[in-house]
Amino acid sequence: MKLVWQSKWTLWAGLAVAVIAVVLAPLLLNDFRLALLAKYLCYAMVAVGIGLAWGQGGMLTLGQGLFFGLGGYIMAMHMKLADAKGGVPDFMSLYGTGEVPIWWEPFRSPGVTLVAIVAVPALAALILGWAVFTRGVRGAYFAILSQALVYAFALLLVNQQQTTGGTNGLNGFKGFFGLALSDPANKRMLYFIAAGVLVAMVIATRALMRSRFGELLIAVRDQENRVRFLGYDPAWTKVFAYVIAAVFAGIGGALFVPIVGIISPANVGVTPSILFLAGVVIGGRTTLLGPVLGTIGLRFVETQLSETYPAFWTYFQGALFILVICFLPQGMASIGTWLKWLRRRREVTA
Amino acid sequence: MFALLEKKSIVAVLSLAALALSLTACGASVDEISAEPTGDTSAADIAGAASCVDTSGSSVKIGFVNSLSGTMAISEKTVSNSLTMAAEEINAAGGVLGKQLEIVQEDGASEPTIFAEKAEKLISSDCVAAVFGGWTSASRKAMLPVFEEKKSLLFYPVQYEGLEASPNIFYTGATTNQQILPGMDYLKSIGVTKLFLVGSDYVFPRTANKEIVAYSGANGIEIVGEEYAPLGHTDFATIVNKLKSSGADAVFNTLNGDSNVAFFKEYNNAGLKAADMPVISVSIAEEEVGGIGVENIVGQLTAWNYYQTVESADNEKFVAAFKAKYGASSVTSDPMEAAYTSLYLWKLMVEKAGSFEVAAIQAAADGVEFNAPEGKVVVNGENHHIAKTAYIGEIREDGLIYAIWTSDGAIEPDPFLTNYPWAAGLTES
Amino acid sequence: MDAAIAQLIAGVSLGSILLLAALGLSLTFGQMGVINNAHGEFMMAGAYTSYCVAQVIPDPTWALWISLPVGFLVGGLLGLVLEVALIQRMRLRPLDTLLATFGVALVLQQLAKDIFGPQPVYAQAPGWLSGPVEILGQSVPATRVFIFFLAIFAVAALYAVLRLTPLGRQIRAAMQNRDLAEASGISTRGVDHVTFFLGSGIAGLAGVAATLMDAISFNLGTGKIVDAFLVVVAGGVGQLKGAIIAAFGLGLLQAGIEYSTSTSLAKVLVFLAVVVFLQVRPQGLVALRTRSLA
Repeated sequence: MKLVWQSKWTLWAGLAVAVIAVVLAPLLLNDFRLALLAKYLCYAMVAVGIGLAWGQGGMLTLGQGLFFGLGGYIMAMHMKLADAKGGVPDFMSLYGTGEVPIWWEPFRSPGVTLVAIVAVPALAALILGWAVFTRGVRGAYFAILSQALVYAFALLLVNQQQTTGGTNGLNGFKGFFGLALSDPANKRMLYFIAAGVLVAMVIATRALMRSRFGELLIAVRDQENRVRFLGYDPAWTKVFAYVIAAVFAGIGGALFVPIVGIISPANVGVTPSILFLAGVVIGGRTTLLGPVLGTIGLRFVETQLSETYPAFWTYFQGALFILVICFLPQGMASIGTWLKWLRRRREVTA
Repeated sequence: MFALLEKKSIVAVLSLAALALSLTACGASVDEISAEPTGDTSAADIAGAASCVDTSGSSVKIGFVNSLSGTMAISEKTVSNSLTMAAEEINAAGGVLGKQLEIVQEDGASEPTIFAEKAEKLISSDCVAAVFGGWTSASRKAMLPVFEEKKSLLFYPVQYEGLEASPNIFYTGATTNQQILPGMDYLKSIGVTKLFLVGSDYVFPRTANKEIVAYSGANGIEIVGEEYAPLGHTDFATIVNKLKSSGADAVFNTLNGDSNVAFFKEYNNAGLKAADMPVISVSIAEEEVGGIGVENIVGQLTAWNYYQTVESADNEKFVAAFKAKYGASSVTSDPMEAAYTSLYLWKLMVEKAGSFEVAAIQAAADGVEFNAPEGKVVVNGENHHIAKTAYIGEIREDGLIYAIWTSDGAIEPDPFLTNYPWAAGLTES
Repeated sequence: MDAAIAQLIAGVSLGSILLLAALGLSLTFGQMGVINNAHGEFMMAGAYTSYCVAQVIPDPTWALWISLPVGFLVGGLLGLVLEVALIQRMRLRPLDTLLATFGVALVLQQLAKDIFGPQPVYAQAPGWLSGPVEILGQSVPATRVFIFFLAIFAVAALYAVLRLTPLGRQIRAAMQNRDLAEASGISTRGVDHVTFFLGSGIAGLAGVAATLMDAISFNLGTGKIVDAFLVVVAGGVGQLKGAIIAAFGLGLLQAGIEYSTSTSLAKVLVFLAVVVFLQVRPQGLVALRTRSLA
């Protein structure tokens, strides 16, 4: 099977279209729609990571909400502390003890926050990946394990209301590194940052997949034992891909917070974590741009459909999962393959 | 690992990142905006306050945002129903300031971020004059910054944990001193000295219980247990075991949703009786009784500001209209009534202000009165809550709730409990 | 001491509920490597079945006795349809079925909401099941005792089918080595149908039992499926023995921690305990002995 990311032409053409779209979007959309698009871009970042871990590496992770949440909550804690200007965030005096807990303190510093957004999800994934993959946990076991973790994470966030905001989550932010969030110019800036970061992630993923590591990862997915017999350790290849996916999710979560203005357990639980996969499934898990386009497209359709037919959205979503996974395992990329096959057959019969 | 990557790609990534940053012309900083005096036009412009509400035609748009999907759809669908009914009644009677109401319904999907997104859409894209809806505290907290930033209005129809007063929200459900505290007053009056608290693990129960603990401390009631179950939890063996061994006289129940069904089944099956250890609930209304099963909950208490059985001409009209529209088996409950009332209150505020403008409505709101199904309600212009009568109800065999205790007239809203000495220290620390 | 006994009983009872929810899942997972995300919704279907039966038969005792087999049948048939329509086509992609069945779960939930309304519905429990019975000096809800025996019955029946019937022999053969079973003339496809019918039927049965303690609502499955998954992976693939030990172990652990801390925290700790446990035994409690590398 020829993989789409190997084709140079497709990629650069895709990127060119993407860059044009990114620049044109603010001219065509109003502030509200632009903010929605920026939100979709954050989801797409998670999708790029899932594409790497699941599409290329075969690790079905149902728990990306954990890393999305880690990145998001770290950013949210910083923004809450910055808004409080050295004081105590509003919700803590309402629901908590009125004191800032020790583990919040480091996030007063913008520098520590930026480092932590990458480092904390990376570290969590490293420890988890090491523990899981070196012990040979894989397939459905890994999927359920990741789901259990994200379930426990969401439960803990709700339970620790005094310090995490509970089901309310963290919201009501005024500034983002000193910039007012109510200013439309700053919102556009956030959109450009999200778009830039996403493009950078796609290029980085492509570079990764064209490297030795990428070949190993696919080999591990397809024939783990053969890789082992050839003298490589498949576990560490998987751990590395998993860490990258976690970092992407963490950054997506961190940008989600200033763009959307909230992070709550409802964004990181079991169901949102499965829904992160939806765009990847539809766009084509083994392709590079599929997860991005699939996620943006699906979230766009979701917003449209749920605005017009709120109750039918669930049917549509369910049917999409069933039909695409069953009949188009490569997502929309399968359609291209089908068309090629049809054309070839016509040529043969002609 | 970087050794494995092509140098070219690293350069590409870095240059793209640089490009992205250079594209981002920075806007105003937090200090610039907060430094400007409020009311300054440039600050208003930045906040995007320029209203796009169109009042030139023969109709005006209003927005409803309720969860029609997800776990909260159970409760919020009925709120959407009663809002729709109120709008139709108002339209049939000639509309508001002569303009027919045009409803834009949005689905909050039981998720706070979606509520915020839909609220913004209603305000910015649909240009509605006011928004009605929301249920969970999380949904309200998520929408609050949107309404404050866009200088629009939200009418929130559900009892909640208090400690909030936004100029851009009107709270037509009870705050704690109109529901929780009357409930406590009643328990005290029947001689309860040992109280067990059970609630779902989220903001409303935890905050309500904080206030209950403070009240109990000042009124000689001992709290013999405080337990929380995760939302959707359905195994209450351990909590009921703790309840049985606690020696409590009564239970204050702030559980939400399906957990109530499991809790009451366990309570009954463990052999506990309403006569010995009554449970007073603040989240069980007429609609929930059917799912729990009347025989599991008969004789238990509730604290609300409205029951279907409230005896008044206004309520008879409301119940009859609701049954005519949504079927004879449908019931009316407190949040539905508060939602219905909220639309009428908005209408009266608009008519008093003579304008659909938010600032004019805010200025006119104080003292607006409405003969609601629950009785006469009055808007408090200062904290945007409404004065309401509290009723302690008992659930009877027919599945309906009957008031057995009524407060002395309407209770003035006091969301920060400033008039209660024992509550000092709850809100500031 | 009283408290310890009370919690012991609570733990055993929770264990039997978990077991009932996980038993069918464990069977299908073991046979076909398929994690069925719609398993919880089959339980939901069983629960709504008992509501429907109660509409036709007013006597609660009769309604319950009829609901149990009918619930089994409804769950089983749903499972059979799912297997034939979907899972069979994805034989070589077991992980993908996890996502496809998630879609099925979404659709079934929405269907339930559209048919029965978003509010939970109610089926009255028989009089002899309301109220407590005395066990070891503790008053235990009779419903919990009933569910405990129902779980024991389900395990015994499943054990009998697997061990004593030719069909059971075929299922076990296919579970241990599918190719060899096929080569020996067993129709593995037929075995798949039957296994899925049985496993999903037990889910329907569990759903009927759940109505004795729980709300009959479209949420019923969502709340139970994550716990059931954990029991299955902690117990080991397709191992009846493993699932039993894991279910009761987790039930007791939850009840024990819950008593000394809080419900939420107990759940978090139990989940983390399973995650750590899988580090020690990646194949679960009772691993299937095979010579394959995977």
